[in-house]
Amino acid sequence: MARDDVKTGYKYVGTRPNRPDGLDKVTGRARYGADFSLPGMLWAAVVRSPHAHARIVKIDASKALALEGVKAVVTRADLPTGLTGEDLNLQDNTLAGEKALYDGHAVAAVAATSQLLAQDAARLIEVTYEVLPHVTDVDAAMAPGAPVIRPGVADYSVPEGMHGNVARYMEFGHGDVEAGFAAADLVREHTYKTEATHQGYIEPHAAVGQLGEDGRGEMWVCTQGHWYIRRMSAAVLGIEAANLRVTPSEIGGGFGGKTTIFMEPLTLALSKKAGGRPVKLVMSRSEVLRATGPTASASMDVKIGMKKDGTITAGQVFFRMQGGAFPGMSPIGEALPCAFACYDIPALKHEAVEVIANRPKAAAYRAPGSPMAAFAVESMVDELCRELGLDPIEVRLKNGAKNGSKSSYGPVYNVIGLQETLEAAKAHPNYAIPLGPNQGRGVASGFWFNHGGETSVSLAVGEDGTATVMIGTPDIGGSRASIGLMVAETLGIPYEDVRVNVVETGALGVNEPTHGSRATFASGKAAVEAANQAIKEMCKRAAAEWEIDAEAVEWKDGAAHPAGPNAGKFPPMTIGEIGSKMGGSGGPISGHHEVTAGGYGASFGTHVVDVEVDPETGRTTVLRYLVVQDAGTAIHPAYVEGQYQGGAAQGIGWALNEEYVYGPDGRLQNPVFLDYRIPVASDLPMIDTVIVEVPNPGHPYGVRGVGETGITPPLPAIASAIAGATGARIRSLPCSPPKVLAAIKALKG
Amino acid sequence: MAKVHLWASLRRFADGQEVVEVEAATVGQMLDALERAHPGLGPAIKAGLSVAVDGEVIANNRAAPVKPESEVFLLQRLKGG
Repeated sequence: MARDDVKTGYKYVGTRPNRPDGLDKVTGRARYGADFSLPGMLWAAVVRSPHAHARIVKIDASKALALEGVKAVVTRADLPTGLTGEDLNLQDNTLAGEKALYDGHAVAAVAATSQLLAQDAARLIEVTYEVLPHVTDVDAAMAPGAPVIRPGVADYSVPEGMHGNVARYMEFGHGDVEAGFAAADLVREHTYKTEATHQGYIEPHAAVGQLGEDGRGEMWVCTQGHWYIRRMSAAVLGIEAANLRVTPSEIGGGFGGKTTIFMEPLTLALSKKAGGRPVKLVMSRSEVLRATGPTASASMDVKIGMKKDGTITAGQVFFRMQGGAFPGMSPIGEALPCAFACYDIPALKHEAVEVIANRPKAAAYRAPGSPMAAFAVESMVDELCRELGLDPIEVRLKNGAKNGSKSSYGPVYNVIGLQETLEAAKAHPNYAIPLGPNQGRGVASGFWFNHGGETSVSLAVGEDGTATVMIGTPDIGGSRASIGLMVAETLGIPYEDVRVNVVETGALGVNEPTHGSRATFASGKAAVEAANQAIKEMCKRAAAEWEIDAEAVEWKDGAAHPAGPNAGKFPPMTIGEIGSKMGGSGGPISGHHEVTAGGYGASFGTHVVDVEVDPETGRTTVLRYLVVQDAGTAIHPAYVEGQYQGGAAQGIGWALNEEYVYGPDGRLQNPVFLDYRIPVASDLPMIDTVIVEVPNPGHPYGVRGVGETGITPPLPAIASAIAGATGARIRSLPCSPPKVLAAIKALKG
Repeated sequence: MAKVHLWASLRRFADGQEVVEVEAATVGQMLDALERAHPGLGPAIKAGLSVAVDGEVIANNRAAPVKPESEVFLLQRLKGG
């Protein structure tokens, strides 16, 4: 356990102990969603629409039900009616109602005694469709004549006269943009597009559900947030949430895609219909890609004005984003404030519309909306820098947000670390490496708000002087280790003496999911408070034994001490001594803390990438990649670096290869990893990282979230590096070899 | 009184005002006062908002304090991954 930085004065925070789940994961002992089974368990399979848009005329399950071993079939007719708002959207997505709204939309589900039998039975369920006109592209969905796929979808915000597929509208800004553009030496305006991409978690969705006739049930599920699963499943099925216990499994990635339900309620609905037998449902990769939330696709107009010295005088964006056939799913509300969040610009105008289309219901994906916005704005800033012959880091230092800057979305930034990331990137050796032929360098910065949210944590002192912490945020990126380190630091006991467990819905108050980069921040903050509560009680027990006032006892180095010479002379009483005697000194000692955590701090990052482009094929090779990001305080630096590298890898995939490809029939053409190409280890160099630490004053150890910002800069940084290597600017992701080759050829005329 | 800044497309529900002054000690009271003064803002508030009070973004805590001199910005409800 080596400490990277002794300046903090912390003993455990900032060290790199072995990960608590490491051995379980490399030996196969960790139990993921699909590993769970129960006696008498049935298997489920789902019937999915082969059409992008179709009226469901008839569902005939008689042949399936006639098979021996088939125990239940559910359709929308088995679900309660009368739901509204997002509950109705969730129900509509769990099982289609009158219409199938996208290729892969669930229409019926069946439970049988084996997985193969369930799949055979699903093929025997006959669905009669009336195929309807469809639209899958974001711009096409707003074009005159595009089929209105869900009339009346617009909410209060949509002005009259907009297309019937527009569900939401937003506008904000400040300053006089026209005067700003007039003051610029160079004004450029372009449209940038990003395709939908999937979170690409390695573990497909999996759940085992059991629901009795009495309405009481249990679920074991792979999820980022089991309280959300409980609330949403209960709403969709019309049961009491309190009667449903949900236990999360170990999780093989989520990235936002496992913060909601897709097929989970089907296990409960089938179980109830099958007399309460447990039902297991594990999605195939194809089902994951066709029917679970990818991110939105986007079409974005950007206009920016810049002076010759690099001063940005004004900016303007109009974003169009589609998040599938359900309103409220595209991240316009996040993308717009992220667009210029890295800058302090006197005049800005932001506008966006959310459009619905015949695609799956989008879900959050790592900094939702921010990567697309960054692709548009950071690409444009790079274009202006190249045209004016300016250094891209110097321009960002000149215009970048600082402490006290008014953010692009209104509030003033308190303590932020963007400038520090830019300085660190500028000073890094990678930025000075000479480039060869067909090579280019790209720079981009990125931003994410981070989040606090509803959090409940408890902590129990053991009889052996250990501490067990119960948290409700599934550990996706190392939060058990980081929370363990913060509790060890607070209690003054070795990290190895702290156990952190993710517990089920019956064991704690409500917790929001692990989302918004909040687990180490919010569960960690609550765990520190729970530890402080336990410390107070341990000081009280020591005081009682010493027969002095509790206020005369202080806690340090894992033991109670008399606070000063007037308190008396007593040897320190360790947590082990207090724990071993707690049964006779008043009972078990614990602490707990419940809070809607505030005080979270935004995280900024700056990336530098070098690429080489093969002029014969258009293939891009990433030569070296640098991530610099402000962590606030890096509690476990190895995990922080892992988050930086993971975010960059996903962003590189989005920039170079990943895209949802829909055919003219509205069907997804590439629903397997062979055709939906995520980067693998051999595609990438080791990603260099620099952890900047500008502590967040809203957290006892200075934590900011670190999970999301890292996916934001790669999209524009890669496209800008390709522009540097080839002279060709790709304004529509991905920068796939055919597209890059065509752009090179077009440049040559 | 706290100054509440509305995003541009909300202003048509508040007589075109960019800044609305409200008397409130908490985020919840501030939102209730806004809706009372401008019922047209009701659907936006019910749809869910994030609120920034003096630079700190508050996602869903109606109990968070608002001071008389606070600068408040309404934001669309933020979701994370």
